[in-house]
Amino acid sequence: MIVRGSDRVLVQGITGKQGTFWTERMQEYGTNVVGGVNPNKAGTVHCDVPVYASAKEAKKALNDEGGFDVSVLFIPPLGVKEAALDAIEAGAKGLVVLTEYIPVHDVMWFLAAARDAGCRVLGPNTAGSVTPGECFCGFMPAFNDNIFKPGRVGVISRSGSLGTLICLNLAQAGFGQSAFIGIGGDPIIGTTTRDALETLDVDSRTDAVVIVGEIGGTMEEAAAEYAGTMKKPIAAFIAGSAAPKGKRMGHAGAIVMGDRGTYDSKARALTAAGVTVVETPSAIGAWARESIGGRRAS
Amino acid sequence: MNFQEHAAKPLLAAAGIAVPAAKPARTPEAAAAAQKALGPVVVKAQVPTGKRGKAGGIRKADTPEQTSAAAEAILGMTIDGLRVESVLVESRADIKREFYAAVMNDPASKGPLVLFSTLGGMDIEEAAAKDASAVHRTAVDIRDGFDAKAARAMLKGLDLGDKDAQVADVLVRLYQVYRDNDAELIEINPLAVTGDGRMVALDCKFVMDDSAVKRHEELAKKGTPEKVTGLEAKGRALGLRYIELDGDVGVLANGAGLTMTTMDVVRHHGGKPANFLEIGGEAYTQAKPALELVLANPNVRSLVINFCGAFARTDVMTEGVLAALDAIKPKLPIHWSVHGTGDVEARAMLKEKLGVVPFETMDQACAAVVESARKAGGHR
Repeated sequence: MIVRGSDRVLVQGITGKQGTFWTERMQEYGTNVVGGVNPNKAGTVHCDVPVYASAKEAKKALNDEGGFDVSVLFIPPLGVKEAALDAIEAGAKGLVVLTEYIPVHDVMWFLAAARDAGCRVLGPNTAGSVTPGECFCGFMPAFNDNIFKPGRVGVISRSGSLGTLICLNLAQAGFGQSAFIGIGGDPIIGTTTRDALETLDVDSRTDAVVIVGEIGGTMEEAAAEYAGTMKKPIAAFIAGSAAPKGKRMGHAGAIVMGDRGTYDSKARALTAAGVTVVETPSAIGAWARESIGGRRAS
Repeated sequence: MNFQEHAAKPLLAAAGIAVPAAKPARTPEAAAAAQKALGPVVVKAQVPTGKRGKAGGIRKADTPEQTSAAAEAILGMTIDGLRVESVLVESRADIKREFYAAVMNDPASKGPLVLFSTLGGMDIEEAAAKDASAVHRTAVDIRDGFDAKAARAMLKGLDLGDKDAQVADVLVRLYQVYRDNDAELIEINPLAVTGDGRMVALDCKFVMDDSAVKRHEELAKKGTPEKVTGLEAKGRALGLRYIELDGDVGVLANGAGLTMTTMDVVRHHGGKPANFLEIGGEAYTQAKPALELVLANPNVRSLVINFCGAFARTDVMTEGVLAALDAIKPKLPIHWSVHGTGDVEARAMLKEKLGVVPFETMDQACAAVVESARKAGGHR
């Protein structure tokens, strides 16, 4: 899912400390925030937009001007299921679920509802998405123009901080990004590495792709199958080669069990599919210069 | 959170799945006393691993003397790196057949997955590896649940003797235990058919979703606390994700991905990380206690601080680090890489307070920290 400047964005949990801080950043950057949700503050105005009791109420009130397309959730873990279902039932085309530590049964529930409704979900446990020069959703430092610049490299990342670092390395080498897609660090997420790869494959503004993966699970292996069919150059950095087995490395999804989820398995699958696997994030710049070079560099 | 057999089986019993009568014991004497009331028993090591049987952690006994001897042999054993502190003395079932049943969270279908096999027992993993079709799998829409009709459809065509209805009943109840307790995994292996035709769960493994522990506070008290070092326990008390490692390069970074990567790049340059510690998410305001934790490890000889702000603001984290440095006044070399949200303010602070200019890239900072750990190592 690539969020565009023309997308109408709702913020659930807009009045909280983080909701407020990041809504202001999103608005400054150009994200078209059309409303917020907080059942206790319905009828008020916050960050210059109306606050509604629910996403369904927001949809009703905003219907004449086009409702909303995407909802960004700044909601505590145990409230996310209900908030997400509210947004899905209100007809959201996309959700950005930032929250970490949502019970997995809740996640499976609203992902099933989203799938049936044709609603794309980024996360849970994502830092969000950035479309440089247009808009961003979540808590990404999109406004830092040493890091995010309009360009033609698409970046897919399980980690906000590491994905940001990769974008910095691209920018330092003179390459901007067409989209940053934060897919999230949880084991069960709405948009997988492969899903995001398919999106960037057909995106006419994207010439090359960087996959920022992690140990744990088999998402990179699944993405490798698709990567093998792509013409656009792809590089990958997989975090966690130095991590011990059986320990959760911060992200719930980043754990090696037995032979599953290892660095070697992912690096092998990606390499076999023709993806350049770099050993350090700093090597991304050199890869970009070699594989994309002067061809529509930014 | 893992639950040992003796903590997991009561969940099955409460849901109407038969389990053998049993009593936990921490000494051979207590085990012998438990046997008197039970008759022929199995004495089972209570450690959360599937390798108990092969390691000799499960033994039969018919008399108090045999039970005491079995417990004596098992208590204190180390199985799969885990020390056995207690045993379960369990009434011995007359086993005719062994099945396997489980329900787990499945990343591929993004929903619950029910598993069943007629090849239950110790070697199910090898059987499954040899022949994937030996384990039957049904993906469930969590909104619909898993009822008797779904269970019968799953079992159709399998040779279960005349046990189809009974197995279906166990699967439905097991699924309910999975849902009611926010399980990541619940597994019965073996699910035994006894001589008198009953279905009995002889072992149970239950892993609760860590993110759901706050919905099950009473039950969570019965879970097995994860083995942690003193410093790791300290980190948890502070709400910090700290893992102690055996190297000498201290690592402080924000975000799980960036922290792992910092460790990787330290390793890439020939160094060994002393810890994993990330202060991403809400923890970014905890830089001061976090750094104190890193420096409390006596093996740390040099330190790399790698911040790349997104949600976590690098200025707030840098302020915390400066406060910790002020309090501890450590003598070791520190190498910085700072980018992202708040980095202009953070760099200004470092310049003013420490006279430090961060490295241009984390690669350079990691190369430098490895070099200084090596030099410091020579002096100790």
